[in-house]
Amino acid sequence: MNNSQRTPYDGVVMAAPVTIPYVRYSVESAQWWIGRALSALVAQAGIKAADIDGLCVSSFTMGTDSGIGLTQHFGLCVRWLDTIPLGGASAIAALRKAARAVQAHDADIVACVAGDTNHVDSFRLTLENFSRFNQDAVYPYGAGGANSSFALIARNYMRTYGITREDVGRIAIAQRANALRNPNALMKAPLTLEQYLAARPISDPIHLFDCVMPCAGAEAFLVMREETAASLGLPAARLLSTIERHNAFADDPMQVRGGWAMDVGELYAMAGVKPDDLDVVQTYDDYPVITMMQFEDLGFCKKGEGAEFVREHDLTIEGDFPHNTSGGQLSVGQAGAAGAYLGLVEGLRQVLGTAGPTQVKNASLGLASGFGMINYDRGLASGAVIFAGPSR
Amino acid sequence: MIDPINPPGRKNPLLRTRLPASPPRPRSRTSHGFTRAAAEGRFVLQRCEACGVFAYPAREACPSCLSPDLVFVDAPRRGTLLAETTARVPSDVYFRERAPWRIGLVKMDCGPTIVTHLHADCVEGAAVRMSFQLDKSGQAVAFARPEGETPNMADDRQWREMTADPKFRRALVTNGRSVVGQEAVAALKAAGAKTVFVGVSEPWRPFAGEELLRGQQGIEVVTLDAADEKSAVDLAADIGGKVDILVNTTEYVRPGGLLDRRGTSIARDEVDQAYLGFINLAQAFGPAMRMRGADGINNSVAWVNVLSVYALANWPAFGAYSASQAACLSLSHCLRAELRPGGIKLMNLFTGPVDTEWFQTVPPPKVAPRAIAQAIVSGLRGGLEEIYVGDVAEEIRQRLAANPKALERELDR
Ligand SMILES: [Zn+2]
Repeated sequence: MNNSQRTPYDGVVMAAPVTIPYVRYSVESAQWWIGRALSALVAQAGIKAADIDGLCVSSFTMGTDSGIGLTQHFGLCVRWLDTIPLGGASAIAALRKAARAVQAHDADIVACVAGDTNHVDSFRLTLENFSRFNQDAVYPYGAGGANSSFALIARNYMRTYGITREDVGRIAIAQRANALRNPNALMKAPLTLEQYLAARPISDPIHLFDCVMPCAGAEAFLVMREETAASLGLPAARLLSTIERHNAFADDPMQVRGGWAMDVGELYAMAGVKPDDLDVVQTYDDYPVITMMQFEDLGFCKKGEGAEFVREHDLTIEGDFPHNTSGGQLSVGQAGAAGAYLGLVEGLRQVLGTAGPTQVKNASLGLASGFGMINYDRGLASGAVIFAGPSR
Repeated sequence: MIDPINPPGRKNPLLRTRLPASPPRPRSRTSHGFTRAAAEGRFVLQRCEACGVFAYPAREACPSCLSPDLVFVDAPRRGTLLAETTARVPSDVYFRERAPWRIGLVKMDCGPTIVTHLHADCVEGAAVRMSFQLDKSGQAVAFARPEGETPNMADDRQWREMTADPKFRRALVTNGRSVVGQEAVAALKAAGAKTVFVGVSEPWRPFAGEELLRGQQGIEVVTLDAADEKSAVDLAADIGGKVDILVNTTEYVRPGGLLDRRGTSIARDEVDQAYLGFINLAQAFGPAMRMRGADGINNSVAWVNVLSVYALANWPAFGAYSASQAACLSLSHCLRAELRPGGIKLMNLFTGPVDTEWFQTVPPPKVAPRAIAQAIVSGLRGGLEEIYVGDVAEEIRQRLAANPKALERELDR
């Protein structure tokens, strides 16, 4: 299956997973949130800001700033810089680029960071200015963001494979159970299947608990070589494999699979593991139906078996398939581009054994995925990574 | 199947009139290829000149072969509704006020998929017929209707947002002394208008066709001389809040250009009647219409100008008249922009010489007044912005697009 000529990620590690706790609304700027994340990275890694020689930033609400403006803003002198506007796929893409940079010694310590603020009008402004196709051919239809676009995808996918709202709801309910153990989750109340089913419709078949809550927050981690981490005495997770794909399956009339399906063989072959070997899985959950699609496309079950898969598995922290252990975006909140990082950052904590109240026992092998950019009628960007903790 | 809309009840004067909101307006420059088509009721898509592939949304290069030669061409309208959704709580104010709002994704037989507004009778998996419509922001949007006719089809709530159907609405036809005006009154009435006000100057003076207007159910003769500012203001004070559709049928046709006339007295009359008359009407009725763009079933929806097609290209035989029409056309674009915040459509109807006394010496083909009246109604029902009535108008439109210099030389005969 794997005919890849890709260079392995030997010697590349990730360290210092950082989450700046989310708030529903913030009067602070995106730059403020990103600054807090950088500060936390430095503190957690026990380094000086001057030791960071690579920076990769993602944000929807930085206004006219990009990574370059932030270097001066934060007094960073870097020799490698990137700004990644890939929405929910930003973390995977950032990690891929940073990994190759440190591997090639273009940089030694790369800070990957995503943060967004949420003023009362930020969400609307982000929607209005999302992309040209969106401006020309989606936004004028009152879609009000991704809800209606995803509703069309969800409706077609659920009808095609006979998936019920109960099936999809299991994912959201398990994540809420996980979130109740995460003090930083914005959602604090338990969620039952009855409550899930009785929720008010947003854009059929999408109902209230299928939607994430926009909020403010930031997430970050460091990428470096194994020997750098060792010299700093930093616990680190090894990068085993990655995939990234954009505009896959353009001939599918409607999206029933993401780009993962194109590259999933390579994902596991490069890592030298099987889906069954994974201790913890963090999918990109902007809607639970998209998570179900990922269970199929990432090889945990076949296409069309996603509903059966969630019926047969316990997706909670103590379950047989620990998934989105922090509560995911559905229960923690979606802090803009930081939503792309949420799963990966929590996954790193899991394999490093530092997840605290959401820790899965003996987790050492993790997978995180990303998905993003409903440019027109489908999500265009997808990616996934597999990583291992020191115990493996 | 949808229920017919009910005639609106009497308005409660104590209730605040709902102010118009606009759906999102920004578009890329290329996307205005659809605006142009929607204005005329055509359905176009971009097609690659190199490989023949149809593309949507508007692009700058072919997604199949990267050729930059993408041309907006008339395209087959048939497609299949793949999936639908009903937005219950849109974040946009316009849609939030009109929720629930139904949209869908249509796979066109010719290739592309289109996010579209849906007629209530569209069913998943079934064929639909696509059009581009001008929405309340004046921009083009895709609209899917069932392939065949369904009962009360035009009463669909979302369709009615895109159109200016006379049904249950109140119209003002500005000049009842002309045959075109009288035909317009009859056509609007036949199309279900609740009331048609018809303006007549010095109404005590008899005129031909008077019996068609007087004493008819739903037709009210009102005093109006558009060229007289006070007359327009007085009438607006009386019925300004009840005009949902204004049809400006002012006509003042005199032959002649510049050198065969002496002085400016005829030109002054032409300007007084057509151009200043238009200004008087706009200033008297425009503000109230703009306020009432979202005022229920009989909200204010459209302003119609009947213009000579020689507004677009001067015909020296009627040279000064052509110029007065060109002035009105230019002013109409200003009025369109100013009415736009109310979601009011401005429709210009371009006609060749009409079969009336002032074009008596002009050889056929000439346009029958009834054809103009029918075009007004069909344009309102289709939500159009530009209509060309008759062979002469259509020919001038095409020749102007092909070569304006050739048209200029050939009109000089
Ligand atoms: Zn081509």
